[in-house]
Amino acid sequence: MAQNTQPRRWNVARLTRLIWLPGLCLVLAACHLDMYQQPKGYPNDPSTFFPDGRLNRPPVPNTVAIGQFQSDPHFLQGTLADGSPATELPPNVKLDDRLLAYGRTRYEAFCMPCHGLVGDGQGIIAQRGPLTVPSLHQERLRTAPVGYFYGVITNGVGRMYGLASRVPPEDRWAIVAYVRALQLSQNASIDDVPPDQRGLIESGR
Amino acid sequence: MTFRPTSAGLSSLEGKYMSAQIFKPQANGIFKIVPLIIALVAAGVVLALVGIDESPYITEVGVAKNQPVPFSHKHHVGELKIDCRYCHATVEKVAYAGYPATETCMSCHSQVWTNSPLLEPVRDSYVTGEPIAWNKIYELPDFVYFNHSIHVNKGVGCSTCHGRVDEMHLLAKNQPLYMGWCLDCHRNPEQYVRPQDQVFNMEWQPTANQAAEGARLVAEYHIRKEQLTNCYICHR
Repeated sequence: MAQNTQPRRWNVARLTRLIWLPGLCLVLAACHLDMYQQPKGYPNDPSTFFPDGRLNRPPVPNTVAIGQFQSDPHFLQGTLADGSPATELPPNVKLDDRLLAYGRTRYEAFCMPCHGLVGDGQGIIAQRGPLTVPSLHQERLRTAPVGYFYGVITNGVGRMYGLASRVPPEDRWAIVAYVRALQLSQNASIDDVPPDQRGLIESGR
Repeated sequence: MTFRPTSAGLSSLEGKYMSAQIFKPQANGIFKIVPLIIALVAAGVVLALVGIDESPYITEVGVAKNQPVPFSHKHHVGELKIDCRYCHATVEKVAYAGYPATETCMSCHSQVWTNSPLLEPVRDSYVTGEPIAWNKIYELPDFVYFNHSIHVNKGVGCSTCHGRVDEMHLLAKNQPLYMGWCLDCHRNPEQYVRPQDQVFNMEWQPTANQAAEGARLVAEYHIRKEQLTNCYICHR
């Protein structure tokens, strides 16, 4: 028991031999994925927390999202105070070529599949599916107020589903403006063309 | 033992001493070849690991994923020419392009293919309100912030990153999403930026003039190149 009681010496040379140890600890400490998969949720993620398995929460009935309070029925519902369809664009929507150009991009993304490029009801879905899509150029729709189109885009009509969840109100008004432009374009006469540009049309280009 | 030179010279030395050694003469060769083999095998293992890491087995590039409904982008985008935004409606406004709600599917499929057994999960989802659990194709690490809207609004087209979606039946990943790939564009966006009205055009191809045209668009869209390579642009 008492043969060798001399304590082991920890001199510097011995310690330097262990210099790899902190390095290895650092390397091993990096072996985890919790930065890669952080405990947070993204839209459309699944969830184990909520019983229905989805992270996106459906709104509680009768709640109104911030910014969607319908304080302006003209802008948000397309109706006048008495509930009838508005006959003018809302005051905060300015009718200019930018609105029409923007409305065209919306129309061609959301409406064209059924209503067709020019609104004649000959979109590709209408051609392939067993359904008749009304032309936007019939008399009933040419004389319909703008608020009527806004309401149809928002809530749908007949077999058409509403687009409220995909197209925000300002975009719906842009579509309405573009639909009006389409209606004009399909019922235009040569007198509507500025005189200096009539030659272009008559020459076929 | 004393060393006595004899007429036998070296040959007697070999007889007396060399045969007593552990290593035979061919050991020289073995000690040259074996480390070489070890080095080659090690390099081969490293190369193989790199190869596996770059292969579709890991990156999933070009590997179509099964989905609960065998939705064909080729049919809907390529043949029917439905705009990307019809379903991915939020792509221009927020970070996420968004999966379409079942209601979006039903806006057509309440009228067409109404009895198709393939669409049974869609109709079920519409009736019950249970979402369809699509399998995600593009998954970024959580330490990367990515926003679709800024890219789409600054002239980065869908097909630049997602490839020819209009030619894929089941969707497959088009890029491994390496950081070097992101930086390729963030360093020199003029290589890829296209006119805004072509962003959703699947068939758009850069012209021979892309360098000059891209530089013009980068200036026109106020793309600030000098900040695009800041760490916080993507890691925040």
